[in-house]
Amino acid sequence: MTMPLIKLENVVKIYDLGAEKVHALRGINLEIQKGEYVAIMGPSGSGKSTLMNIIGCLDTPTSGRYFLNGVNVSELDDNELARIRNKEIGFVFQMFNLLPRADALHNVELPLIYAGVPGNIRKKLAREALEMVGLGDRLHHKPNELSGGQRQRVAIARALVNKPSIILADEPTGNLDTKTGNEILALFDELHAKGNTIILVTHEPDVARHAHRIIRIRDGMIESDEKVVDRIIAQKG
Amino acid sequence: MKILFQLEEAFKIAIQSILAHKLRSALTTLGIIIGIVSVTLMNMTIEGLGKAFQSSISSIGADVLYIQKWPWFAGEDWWKYRNRREIQITYAKEIKEKSSYAVAVAPSIGASTTIRFGGNFMENVFVIGTTEEFIYTAGVAVEMGRFMSEVEVKAERPVCVIGAEIAEKLFGNLNPIGRDLKIAGRSFKVVGVLEKQGKFLGIASLDDRVYIPIGQFIRMFPWRWGTTINVKVRDINEIEDAIEELRGIMRALRKLKPWQEDDFSINRQELLLNAYNQTVGIIGAVGLGITILSLIVGAIGVMNIMFVSVKERTREIGIRKAVGATRFAILIQFLIEAILISSLGGIIGLIFAIMLGFVVDQIIPTALPIWIALVAILISIIVGLISGLIPAYKASKVDPVESLRYE
Repeated sequence: MTMPLIKLENVVKIYDLGAEKVHALRGINLEIQKGEYVAIMGPSGSGKSTLMNIIGCLDTPTSGRYFLNGVNVSELDDNELARIRNKEIGFVFQMFNLLPRADALHNVELPLIYAGVPGNIRKKLAREALEMVGLGDRLHHKPNELSGGQRQRVAIARALVNKPSIILADEPTGNLDTKTGNEILALFDELHAKGNTIILVTHEPDVARHAHRIIRIRDGMIESDEKVVDRIIAQKG
Repeated sequence: MKILFQLEEAFKIAIQSILAHKLRSALTTLGIIIGIVSVTLMNMTIEGLGKAFQSSISSIGADVLYIQKWPWFAGEDWWKYRNRREIQITYAKEIKEKSSYAVAVAPSIGASTTIRFGGNFMENVFVIGTTEEFIYTAGVAVEMGRFMSEVEVKAERPVCVIGAEIAEKLFGNLNPIGRDLKIAGRSFKVVGVLEKQGKFLGIASLDDRVYIPIGQFIRMFPWRWGTTINVKVRDINEIEDAIEELRGIMRALRKLKPWQEDDFSINRQELLLNAYNQTVGIIGAVGLGITILSLIVGAIGVMNIMFVSVKERTREIGIRKAVGATRFAILIQFLIEAILISSLGGIIGLIFAIMLGFVVDQIIPTALPIWIALVAILISIIVGLISGLIPAYKASKVDPVESLRYE
């Protein structure tokens, strides 16, 4: 039996707000294999953001264990978590989260800088990643010179550039119109076809149905976990 | 290697950030600029004074004692010396006869007057009446001609020796030797020109003096105060003994009773050194005060603007952390920005100080060795480092989850 890429064992997250304790996650058990395309769904306040933060190593669980590639990351310190994020995780956010003063190329280079990749290799890898998302002709455009869809492509290129184990996308189409959103989802399909593991966090059923598996979260617990039978294949452009 | 790329990135981002807020950055550096101007000018003047002092003091000679009514740098006790009797010119001869340490003794007394050659004239020139031995006590060489002779002094001949500056200004390209110079209306034949001495402490020049036989001087300027007896000592190592001997001779000449205090002063270079040290001390203390104050203001300014910068860029910090920046990487990024802003102020301050140095140089001599520039830059870097530390630490502690949500 192969080792799962992600394995969560009874993960609990409690936010201590002083007056009250908020139970964001109440014991999550979950396995995701390499190469899967998973959507995590749930209404706001369900704990799906907390789950995403823990899977993305931005946060650590209050109790329970989280294995990423067999490594128990719930026990790592800040610096080790930063290294894991750098090597294993590519984030795509709803708000794009690009550096406003840096051009597309520099934004994509960013993870490589913290990985310690020399300048010339860095530039080459970043250019390749941008070409892959169809922005080979926009290398030196700043984010405010790009459309929403193009910005999200830059963010995806940034997520890809370090060849991470997981691409973690948090409402990646939330700030885009339907047509542009579909283009982005088509890009995810393409990336998945190339063997990338994708975790998509969303509250839109239509978006979730692009994935092969949907995990529904409610009140900090997994409500359902099922295969998608009526998958939507995004149409390019 | 990793740290190098992170440093490179930090520099790039810091420059972008400073360029994006040009006015804000410039205003922030104001305190640093003032601090660096003040520390640099202070160092420049202290260094310049030191150099001027060294070159002047050696030309005057450390082996000369000056017997005078007033001590140099009397300080607040000046009233004590005011009622002292004047120093008599005749003491010179007595000292020469009685002292075993003195090799040359010359009385000197001065007054300001107008001198004239043809159509040229100079006002307020210091004319000094003295004897032939003055050339040995003054520690200055004759450039052209000769100093006045013993015979000329004894016979009170109308001859004069002029300083280099007088020769330049009054005679221009002419050879002054043998020409007639009018001093306060009387004719004096120029027999010699002294070598250029340069400025003393950069303020008073010894080159604009005219020397005449003391007998002539007394006839021309009957008021007689401020006489100095210049005594050159045989060996500088015997100078303490020489002072004691001179005190004895002077007390005898002044007919002082054993219980009476000295009513004369024996001045020497060392006292000048004290005055120099005092001047430098004051410049140093004032300069240091202004420097520290303005650097504190500057440091607070940089710290403040760094807090603003960290706050403004909370989201950026979150993005960087999400893609793998460690706390340390964030820390050095903001530290470098603080250092860059501060050293920008240092460089601007240094440029201002050098420009101001040309102005100050008209009053007080200045000098600019390379270490002064390096100290200025180093100080601004250290100020940047210190003032950036807390904001940078704060930035490094930013929680990535919170900051990614930050608007």
